[in-house]
Amino acid sequence: MAIEVRLPTDENFIRSLKVGDEVLITGTLVTARDMAHKFMVEKRPEFLKDILRGTAIYHCGPVVRKEQSGEYRIIAAGPTTSSREEPYQASVIEQYKIVGVIGKGGMGEKTSEALKKFGAVYFHAVGGAGSLLAKCVKKVKDVLMLEEFGSPEAFWVLEVENFPAVVTMDAHGGSLHRQVLKESEARLKEILESFGTR
Amino acid sequence: MQNFVEIGLELIKRCSTDLPPDVEKRLREWRDREEASSTARNVLDVILKNIEIARQEGTPICQDTGLVTFYLTLPRGMNAEGIKGDLVEAVKKATALGLLRPNAVDPVTGKNSGDNTGGGLPYFSVEYHDGDEIVIELMQKGGGCENCGAQYRLPDQRLKAGRDLDGVEKCVLDAVFQAQGFGCAPGVVGVCIGGDRAHSYLHAKKQLLRSLDDKNEDPVLAELEERLYEKLNRLKIGPMGFGGNTTVLGVKVGKLHRHPASFFVSISYCCWADRKRKAIVKGSDVQIY
Repeated sequence: MAIEVRLPTDENFIRSLKVGDEVLITGTLVTARDMAHKFMVEKRPEFLKDILRGTAIYHCGPVVRKEQSGEYRIIAAGPTTSSREEPYQASVIEQYKIVGVIGKGGMGEKTSEALKKFGAVYFHAVGGAGSLLAKCVKKVKDVLMLEEFGSPEAFWVLEVENFPAVVTMDAHGGSLHRQVLKESEARLKEILESFGTR
Repeated sequence: MQNFVEIGLELIKRCSTDLPPDVEKRLREWRDREEASSTARNVLDVILKNIEIARQEGTPICQDTGLVTFYLTLPRGMNAEGIKGDLVEAVKKATALGLLRPNAVDPVTGKNSGDNTGGGLPYFSVEYHDGDEIVIELMQKGGGCENCGAQYRLPDQRLKAGRDLDGVEKCVLDAVFQAQGFGCAPGVVGVCIGGDRAHSYLHAKKQLLRSLDDKNEDPVLAELEERLYEKLNRLKIGPMGFGGNTTVLGVKVGKLHRHPASFFVSISYCCWADRKRKAIVKGSDVQIY
């Protein structure tokens, strides 16, 4: 059974999550991808601090439609590859006190250390599931830096409900990515060695 | 003359929102081969549900609607410029309708053109044939999996890969291993053996247009495809790289004659959202596949 995660949340709850846990996230997320991460680390904007504290950043560049009423509607919103944010992520976790990073592909050792040190986890969303994940978005609460960054790179503040994900890096240094890499590497080695003996 | 703006728009709509049946069929088959209530099976269920929602609601399968690439096959003597102009219009319209995300960024200024055109986009490949049909194939391949493409030069010392089919297999195994976590597995793998660097990559990508159900006309390559399909799935990287039985949905291999000094093996990796559609136009008749 999936575990319910309500955002914003606190460090105690986050530390109870373990690698392999399947979760359903409800609450506030903020999208941030390449330009946003560079901006957060280099410019340290104050206006994001209250929005981000205790919640999660989502590595996502959504397809957004502006309705005639002026409201925004999220049409497709799956995760983008997280590793591009590796140089910035640890610093963002520390400075903005976020408790979660949502994306795909997992992240490196520097981020893993920061998750452990500051009490945060990495949630892996299903890559490519843009339509399904967009349906989990109940409301666009706000958008920041839209003019400056363009739609895919802006900070979209989203209210989501039952957004499915898997904890693949936890606050105890665990990483499913490290484990699968190790296991598949052993299998690859075995297959490569079988060639000579054919 | 047909209105190719309309045809292009319909093709893009189908491509963005309706996953081809051969890909969906493989996803369903592999879903059943994953253990009940495993994360691997649950992920494939989310993917299948997403495919249904996108089709029903006419929304993009994935928010990364890819780089729009058209492969035209025209009757001999026909000029391609008119059709190309119409298809560029179709791309602009599709972007305005939210069927395509603006994905064309100037690499120097960082400015997004906003309509998926400019700086060489959309891409076109034009070939001619003896028939009188106009064939327009469309591929919308995402950026995450495009980043997983790889090119090897045989012999490769690290992989102990020589200039033979065993060497080719080793390259493909390594490329899929390296792609884990990045290309949205289970993927489809296009391979080209030979060619120069540029044509080899193009030909590898073109293999992705083939149906997953087809059989390579070259019996040696057909066997190679089968062998690789089996071995790659033995890696157990699993959907999204979470571990599991499903690593790739198919392998398609082509070849090009090579220069005696060069032996390239190029791999184009496509995520599970292998978006490809085809229109065949004959007189007033238009069929979209």
